[in-house]
Amino acid sequence: MSKIIEVKNLNIFYGQQQVLKDITFTIEEGDYIGLVGANGSGKTTLVKAILGLVPSTSGTIQYYGIDRYQQGVGYLPQVAVTGNTLFPAEVHEIVGIGLMGSKKFPKKINKEDNHRIDDILRRLDIYHLKHKKIGDLSGGQQQRVLLARAMVSKPKLLILDEPTSALDPKVRTEFFKLIKDINENDNTSIVLVSHDLGSIKKCSKKIMLLDRELMYFGSSDDFTINVNFVEGIHDHMHMEVTN
Amino acid sequence: MDTIEIIKEAFGYSFMQRAMIVGTLIAISSSLLGVFLVLKKYSMIGDGLAHVSFATVAIALLLGASPMLVSIPIVVIASIFIMELNERAGIHGDAAIGLVSSFSVALGVMISSIAGGFNVDLFSYLFGSILAIKASDMYLSIILAIVVISLIVFFYNDLFAVTHDESFARVIGIKTKRMNYLIATLTAITIVLGIRVVGTMLISSMIVFPTVTALQISRSFKSTIIISAIVSVLAVIIGVIGSYIFNFPSGASIVMINAVLFIIFVSLKKIVRI
Repeated sequence: MSKIIEVKNLNIFYGQQQVLKDITFTIEEGDYIGLVGANGSGKTTLVKAILGLVPSTSGTIQYYGIDRYQQGVGYLPQVAVTGNTLFPAEVHEIVGIGLMGSKKFPKKINKEDNHRIDDILRRLDIYHLKHKKIGDLSGGQQQRVLLARAMVSKPKLLILDEPTSALDPKVRTEFFKLIKDINENDNTSIVLVSHDLGSIKKCSKKIMLLDRELMYFGSSDDFTINVNFVEGIHDHMHMEVTN
Repeated sequence: MDTIEIIKEAFGYSFMQRAMIVGTLIAISSSLLGVFLVLKKYSMIGDGLAHVSFATVAIALLLGASPMLVSIPIVVIASIFIMELNERAGIHGDAAIGLVSSFSVALGVMISSIAGGFNVDLFSYLFGSILAIKASDMYLSIILAIVVISLIVFFYNDLFAVTHDESFARVIGIKTKRMNYLIATLTAITIVLGIRVVGTMLISSMIVFPTVTALQISRSFKSTIIISAIVSVLAVIIGVIGSYIFNFPSGASIVMINAVLFIIFVSLKKIVRI
């Protein structure tokens, strides 16, 4: 399998504090990685570094066959920004934003773009919501709209930051099913950030455990034995705090 | 003489024609920008810059220079300064605007007291006066309004992306910082254009009112912008005519009409829901 992202000896500091320490790993085509770790373990920072939102202090992030800015990486941010129900925008307008990365000035939505928007809305089963105002939708529906925005440019890699934390259990299960389906049928690699180890372990092919350092990166099935190890890390972190 | 006759007579005067042309252009520019500013929670930037323009007008009157030519560069610099303060950690954006605002008003008051106190001229800049618009003001307004409106049209999708979700916009490679500065600069220009018709005290209402009014009934982003522009132009036209008929300051009349339109739209929303 060919690699799409290679991270080597990545260190990131916020001021004096080291958030990520000597991280090295490779993401390959077809991967479905569950990125787990306690609060403050650096999950979101790592994702932001891959997306170019946070500068690395040292180390390298190499992209193979993808352009970070143009259709390469799709991103579903952690907080539902559209939680703001007053924002005036219809679903197709929001999804259209996902196409703006690859456009040249002046950026306009053309006929072909409209087809792509329609296609992704059908793929995610939300075509009937096309002309609905985003603020009028349920949490699960809004999440799908933002997923459509991330996927409309047909990215090779999709990064989802805690996508299910605001969803109720039934919708959460459906969402995980959808992501698995996208990974298997759309030739899209997935990195899904979660603190819900139980759910993500069932769906993902690989698990990446962070605690500022890379504690585990490998097959999800082999990770069983390490569950106690994760709890150990929690204890360890508490100790650090109390000290 | 009935109302139609009065309106006909009003449009016979060249100062009224100028007021209408300049007013309509400002109405369009400010309402287009207003949608982005209100939704980005930057409404107060307009207010802060309006206060800065009070100081710059006082400086221009003291020096005997053209208030518009003096104001534009200074207010543009102030807008960039406010954005810089906004981006820095350690100082809150709204507090930053408060600092710049009150400093400017204090400066304006000091300069005008040096110049011999508040005179009629300064009062007309506070609340707008349609009588005072010169032909040169009008030409400058036409040129700058065309620049503002066309930049918004060309960068519409970038501005929309940045307004909806700034971090996502950054991920897909949109120059978000550049877009924020573009919004601030265009706002600065629009405010200076507006001080002649609406006045420095009331110009920020031209940014906030039409957008909030449009938000009552709009669903899509595009319809918000279109409704906001229509509401804004309507308020200026009715306001300027009203100001001619009743001899009110034009700025106050325009804001009153905006308030009435807002109440009508809020009621419409309530009725439709029931």
